[in-house]
Parts: sequence; structure tokens; C-alpha cells
Amino acid sequence: MDIRELTCIRCPIGCHISVEMEEGKVVNITGNSCPRGAEYAASEVTDPVRTVTSLVRLKGGARPVVSVKTAGNVPKDRMMDVVAALKEVELEAPVHIGDVALRDVAGTGIDVVVTANA
Amino acid sequence: MTDMKKDLVIIGGGPAGLSAAVSASREGAEDILIIERDTRLGGILNQCIHNGFGLHTFKEELTGPEYADRYIRQVEDGKIPYMLDTMVVDLAYDDGSGDKIITAMNAKDGLFTISAKAVILAMGCRERPRGALNIPGFRPSGIYSAGTAQYYVNMEGRMPGRKVVILGSGDIGLIMARRMTYEGAKVLCVAELQPYSGGLKRNIVQCLDDFGIPLLLSHTVVDIKGKKRLEGVTIAEVDENRKPIPGTEVFYECDTLLLSCGLIPENELSGKLGVRMNGVTGGAYVNESLETSVPGVYACGNVLHVHDLVDYVSGEADMAGKNAAAFILGRTGTDDGNVINIKTENGVRYSVPSVVRPALMGNTLTVRFRVGNEYRDKDLAVYLNGKQLMRLPKRVMAPGEMEQIVLVKSKVEEIIAASEAKEHEVVIRVEDKA
Amino acid sequence: MTDVAVIGAGVTGSAVARELSRYDLEIVVLEKESDVCEGTSKANSGIVHSGYDAKPGTYKARFNVEGNRLIHELSKELDFPFKENGSLVLALEEDGRAGLEELLERGRKNGVPGLRIVERDELKKMEPNVSDSAVCALYAPTGGVVCPFNMNIALAENAADNGVTFRFNTEVTSIEKKNDEEGRGYYRIETTGGHVDARIVVNAAGVYADVFHNMVSGDRIHITPRKGQYCLMDKTAGGIVSHTLFQLPTKLGKGVLVTPTVHGNLMAGPTADDVDDKEDTSTTAAGLDTVLSRGALSVVSMPRMTITSFAGLRAHEDGGDFIIGEVKDAPGFIDAAGIESPGLTAAPAIGVYIAGLIRDILKPCEKEDFIGTRKGIPSMALADEEERKALIEADPAYSHVICRCELVTEGEIRNAITRTLGATTVDGVKRRTRAGMGRCQAGFCLARTIPILAELLGKSEEEITKSGAGSYYINGNIKDEL
Repeated sequence: MDIRELTCIRCPIGCHISVEMEEGKVVNITGNSCPRGAEYAASEVTDPVRTVTSLVRLKGGARPVVSVKTAGNVPKDRMMDVVAALKEVELEAPVHIGDVALRDVAGTGIDVVVTANA
Repeated sequence: MTDMKKDLVIIGGGPAGLSAAVSASREGAEDILIIERDTRLGGILNQCIHNGFGLHTFKEELTGPEYADRYIRQVEDGKIPYMLDTMVVDLAYDDGSGDKIITAMNAKDGLFTISAKAVILAMGCRERPRGALNIPGFRPSGIYSAGTAQYYVNMEGRMPGRKVVILGSGDIGLIMARRMTYEGAKVLCVAELQPYSGGLKRNIVQCLDDFGIPLLLSHTVVDIKGKKRLEGVTIAEVDENRKPIPGTEVFYECDTLLLSCGLIPENELSGKLGVRMNGVTGGAYVNESLETSVPGVYACGNVLHVHDLVDYVSGEADMAGKNAAAFILGRTGTDDGNVINIKTENGVRYSVPSVVRPALMGNTLTVRFRVGNEYRDKDLAVYLNGKQLMRLPKRVMAPGEMEQIVLVKSKVEEIIAASEAKEHEVVIRVEDKA
Repeated sequence: MTDVAVIGAGVTGSAVARELSRYDLEIVVLEKESDVCEGTSKANSGIVHSGYDAKPGTYKARFNVEGNRLIHELSKELDFPFKENGSLVLALEEDGRAGLEELLERGRKNGVPGLRIVERDELKKMEPNVSDSAVCALYAPTGGVVCPFNMNIALAENAADNGVTFRFNTEVTSIEKKNDEEGRGYYRIETTGGHVDARIVVNAAGVYADVFHNMVSGDRIHITPRKGQYCLMDKTAGGIVSHTLFQLPTKLGKGVLVTPTVHGNLMAGPTADDVDDKEDTSTTAAGLDTVLSRGALSVVSMPRMTITSFAGLRAHEDGGDFIIGEVKDAPGFIDAAGIESPGLTAAPAIGVYIAGLIRDILKPCEKEDFIGTRKGIPSMALADEEERKALIEADPAYSHVICRCELVTEGEIRNAITRTLGATTVDGVKRRTRAGMGRCQAGFCLARTIPILAELLGKSEEEITKSGAGSYYINGNIKDEL
């Protein structure tokens, strides 16, 4: 049996939650004070994901870079792969919120989209 | 004679100014002008490219520029006029007309004046510098406020350094720990003088824990090395009086120190106008309408008090805009002379507003405040004229997270009706569990 | 062969150069840092002392009183901020009265005008926030405050306008006495930027003046860097006092002063601790604590509104007085050494005196086209409405605010970079314009100042520094190292 400890981020209380795992499956969750905590803990230990926000270079704009984000969540352990994949991306102004900067970033199946008008 | 006349001038086109403009316009104010000193609307949101904005307002998670864009589009759609690259340098009150005289300048129009019936102060805030912390040592380059580093990285695509220590666990510092890591820098640690973090829990998890960056609570920088560029900092643990404990010093070799040690409302203009200030918040002293001591001058957002979430800024600014519109249109209602002073004590540091005229409050009024320490399993107790109005059990309260209570007009009126006096008092305090 | 080489572009060296530039001479100023005003001159109290403190008959007494007189005119001629706010030496215990009377007597002997002792009631009227324990005070109406940076910069600029060459990033490594073919003496000065031969050398090298003196003279001198730490407070605290408040030294120590600065901040300091390292301008926790706690003795309540703290090194010579004049066993080598307090006040008088010595040696002609005045950088913060309008009309860059705390515009920053001896560093811009000196301490304007410097100097942003080589800010682009 494996026990994973984490801090819940669903509200300011920040419960310390313990998740008991067996063969990759959640068997028990303790320390949470609401169902949202249990839900967070379960997904955090089985399939932790994050939205990545970063920058890509921009040609011909008022500024040399423009902000981007992953259009959906990517696996937590792929975050640095995502930003590294953006290193070679250069867009040309004008760009708008929602424009795709890079499709299927780092093989995650998730697109990276522009988050500012520039 | 001024160069221009306006009903409402909003100073600042950041989240507060934009929301105030949209709401004032919605409430029927027509002759509005937003004055923004930067080259675009949106204020500091433009450099806050991380997500987490808008969960309350739009029920979705947006980045800063996306959140700003929601409001900018409403300003554009409502054809609310704004001036960019324009700095307000003076603000005065005309005793005769009651108009507010704004002096501003830009490259196109030079120096000019505007008279306005109402003004909304929405200038935001700036970061506290190193000096405010009295960190000893040398004064090399490589020491930045977290917001400065954020500007460099997010707006200019430049790296202010490569090997980073962050002092202060305010949200901007936490966010920058992740941003610097994403862009190729090494963040060694975040040191926090207090035994608790000044930032949001989710930022500690997602900006530090995710990247294995240690958060050193009850630690501070006690020496800065490097005559030219920063070469390193010494960090020591502090005791319960926040004094460094000898023998706990650890040297961190780094070329960059980011400071995230709090924000100060930017109130130079409010001072020129003679607005009464609140010594605790560094912002104006306001009533239930978010009106300052100068009639027709309202304040909202971080220039009033530092917020933790932009959603709250938008909400507060919405109210300021609405009240400013009512002022212009002569719809503020009739005051009956009753006044409630809000007193904060026993762990509650301040409240916004500070004073309430019950006849002029809406059916409900949100009062926002912060506590001065971390509290666990306490009650938040609110009294009006000695009678308990509410008692809210709280699992955790911390200085980094803004708290709020809602006053209900009918309840308030019921209690003050029992008093002969016109002056009343609400007390907000932290108490042990009932 | 250069006529005169001045070592050090601090306030003393710059004052000497400025006075010498009245004559038809070839003058070079050698400075190891990247700008003028980079040593002791940039980190001191900014006080124009009236002159009661120094022992009668000393150089300190003489040049202090003369310098105080000169600064009044000079600040107008060279357009730098100066204010005669008057100073008060507080007796914080009843038995301090005798000490004040001693100072009063000394001041009279030194020729300080207007000195008198004020009693508690009058003192409280003059300074409502003065400490309740202040019994009486010595009032010196000619005490003042000056912008130490712009005084130094103005002197140097005016010297440069009159033909003096300033060589920065040029550190003197050795000085050797030589004779030319005609048997006339001169000095060969080796520097990190090649050698300079000069008939006359002026040693205005601050804490390093002993090093250079001892290169040419057997009559050795010794300078100890005496560290002084200061806290500078927000302008909203600047109004708590209007005079400069000194403390009469007690058994607790020399005391620290509390003063409004010429720009309206509040300042407290300095400490006085001898250090070994001539470059040790670091502050210490104990030092800053001393500044605030000792300073608090002078006022009812000390505002906790520090925006920055700093330390400077005074050049304290073992003899205790300034060493000024031609070195006996080194003809043509002129010392301006041991210039600690009241050195800033004394500098203009030292400049006149040393220029006189050199005039007597070299017997040069006076220039007919000497430019006696210099115009400073216009300040939008201080300008009235009409002046602001005119400035913007002439150059719209004066409407573009770069430093919000101190209201400094792009126009002022461009002026600071492009004028005579213009700024080449962020600190240089700061000292000339006050951009970055406000309550956010450059948090906002730093990133806006660097591109202007880069543009006007034709450099990349990576090459722009805080204060010369090694103090860079920008280190490449995002994702470079991913």
C-alpha cells in the first residue's frame, strides 16, 4: 500500500489530505473536510494535470512576445516539455485571443492558443 | 476655465477602472472618460499571463489578458471614451462648483485640464521596495521586485537573471517562481519572514510544490553579497519576534533576488485632492458607496485596499461605478443622518468601507477586510450597537486571503431603530469558538 | 603633457576641476568608476554645515564656513537644489547645555553667523515634533541641505563645458615623479587606460587618497574608511521636521541626525564605524537598527517608512583634519585628502583654494570665454503649469512619465543621457533625474529606463548596467536555456 500526502487547493483552508493507493487505485481518502477535497485528491494522485501558461515570440508586434496557454490540461509531468516545445514557435502580428500557436504540443494532443491581442 | 468638461472621469484603465466604467455606463452615466497612462487598457492584467482569473466573475479560468479583454470589449461595445498614454498629474476640488479639476498630460494634447462632476480613483498599487524591509548588505544589480521581473519576462521576453531566490511569498512572488522556471531559470527557494505564506494556497502548490521549490517559512534574507551584480544572499531562520536566529544562516549563491513583500496603494493623487486616508490600508477612507471624504470622488480596486483576487476588484469597482452614476444623475437617495462606524479589532486589521450610512446602503452591503495573523478554528463575530449580528465559524483565516461579511439592510435598520442616537457602531472581531 | 591631472571625480575633484577651468589649462580628471559622484560624494548626509563643529584654526573650520557661503551663490549659478533650512543641535539632557555653549563659542570663533541657543518653548515652536526630552538647542540658521549628486554633477558638467576632460573607468595604478629634458618636474600616472603625464596632480581620491599620496611622498598619511549608514524615508514622512536635527554627543555616542532632504524625504543617520575594506559599502542589521533607534531620540515618533538604506565611507585621516596643499617632498603634487564631514560643504572652497595654488605655480591666463553658469535638467515635478506646458510643447517626451513616484518624464531622462557628461548607467540617470528614487525604488521605471539608455547610447539592453562593468541587469531572452 502506498500513501500520498497532498495539500488541497480547492479553497483557502488547505486541508492536508492522505490518499491510500493500492496498485495505482485509490482505496481511501482522509483529511479532507468536503467532497471537493476528495475529488481533487483522487484526480491529483491518479492523473495530475495542469494548464500551462507561457510566451512565444512575436514578429511585427508592439512587443517581442505574446502570451499563450494550453487550451486544455496537460499531464503535470509534461509541463516542461510543453514550454520547451514553444521555444521554436514564432508568430506574426496581428494575433488574437484564441488563435492557435501550436497544435498538439509535445504530443499531448492539446493545442496551445494565444491569450492576448497583439 | 478648464479645457474639457466631463460628467465622470475614471483615473486608471486597469481592472478597477474598466469595471467601474462599464457599470457607470450601464447605470445611465453618459459622459464618461477613462484616463490610462499605459499604451493599452487592462493595467497590470496585461503582464499577468498566468491563469486563475475570473472563477467568480465568469465561472471559468482565464489568464490576465483574457480577463482584461472581457472588460475592454464591453468598453469598446459601449463606446466609452478613453485616453491612452495619458498621465494625470494633479487633482483638485473646486469649492464653488463642487467640480473636480483634473490636470493631465500626453504627447498629443500637451498639458490640459478637465472638470468633472465625479471622479473614480482606480490607479492601482505598486510594490514595496527592499528598503521597506531594511535588508542589510550591498546594493548590486539583480535585486528586483517580483512585478518588475514579471514585466521583463512577460512583456519584453527578457530574463532578469538565471539563478533566483525569492523573498516573500506574496502571490506575485509565487507566480514568478513558476514563470522563471518555465522560461529556463533555476529558482532555489522562496523565503518568507512570517510563519505562514502571504499568498494563495493554490499558488504554493502549483507554483512551488509542482517544481520542487522549497518554501522556507519563518526565514528571511540577512545579507546581500555582490558589489556589482548580485552574487548571493544569506538566509536565516527567524524567531517568534521575527528576529534572525544566529547560527541558522545559509548562503545561497544566486544572481537574482526577487522581492514579493506586499503592495502599496498608489495614492499620490488622492493626497493632492486632500482625501482622508486610512492608515492601515494606505488607501482612502470610504463610506458604503465607496465615496471618499471628498463628495463625488470614489475609489475602488487596489488603490483603495490591496485585493487578493481580481474578481473582487471588478465587483467593488462595479459598485463604485454604479454609485458615481447615481451621484451624477442625482439619484443617491436621501440620508436620514444615521451613521454606522465600523470598528475592527482583535485580529481584524481594517474594513472597507469604514463607515456606513444605512439609509443609503443597498439591500445588502459587502464589507471586506483582512486579518492580521493566521487563525485556525476561530469565529468571526460581528456586533451592531453591542448586539451580535452574526457569528461565522472559520476553519482558517490568513492575512493573504481577503475576508468578507454581508450586512443586510433590514436587519441593520431593525437594530438601529432601537437606539435614540444617530451614531452607531459595528464591531468586527476574531473570537474563540462559541 | 597635461597641465593638471585630478584624481577622482567626486565633489572635491569636480570642484577643483571647475575652478581650474577658469584658466587656460589642459586639465584631465581620472575616475575609476563609470560616472562622477560614485564614492563618498554619493552616500552622505547631503548637509550644508554651518561650521560650528570643527576646531577653530583647522582646515575643516575654515573651508566649512567659506564653503557654506559659496554654496548659496553656486547653487544658483550651477542650478542645483539647495535649501537653507537651518540646523538645530539638540541637548537631550539638562547637562547638555554646557556642550551647546562650547559649540556656540567654537562657531563664533569660526565665524559662523547667527548662532544662538534656543530654549525649549521656542524650540517646540520651531519643531513641533521635536522630542520631549530636548531641553534646548543650538540654532544655526545658515545650515542647509543640498542634493549631493547634482552639486557634484553640476560642478563636473560646468568643468567639462569649460574644456576639462573626464576619463571614466580609468583607475590610477601608479604615480611616478619624473623630469623632462629641460629638467622640469612632472608626474607619470599609470592607469588602467594608459598613462597620463601631468605637471600638477591633484589627489582628490577620497578613501584612496592615502594610497596615492604615499606613492610620491615619504611623509606618509593614513586614511581609515569610516562607514556611515543611513535610512531614507518616504516623502510623506519628510514633513515631520523642517530643520536638520543633530544630537549633542553624549556618553551613548556621537548621535545621528534626522533631517528633511532637499527633495522632501526624511533621512536619518549616519553611524560611524571604522572598517578595513575601502569598498565595503554594505549596510548591516545592527547599523540600520542604530540609525532608527538613535534617530528616534530626536523626534516624538519616528515614522517607520524607510524606502531605502545605504552606507557611505568617509575618508578619515589619522590627524583628524583635512590635508590640503602641496606635498612638501613632492612639488606639484597637491593633496585634497582626508575629506570627511564637512567635506561636501567645504568642497567649493577647497576648489577655489587649490585652484589658487595651481594658478600660483603655473601662472596661466584667465579664459575670456569661461562659462560661469550651467542649466540643470528641467524638472516636471517642480515645474508650474506654464513651465510644464512650455516643456511639453518644445518636446512631447516631457509628457511621458517614466518614474511615477517622482514624476520624472522621458524628456528629462533623455536630457540626462545626452547632455554634457551624460548618464551612461541606470544609477547615473537616477542621480541626475531622481527616476527610481521614490517609494517604489525603480520597481516600475527600471524596465522603462533601460531601453532609453540603450537607444541613446547605441547599446543592447544587455550592455546597460546599474553602475558600470559587471552590474548588468538583463541576461538574455526567455527560453534561451530550455
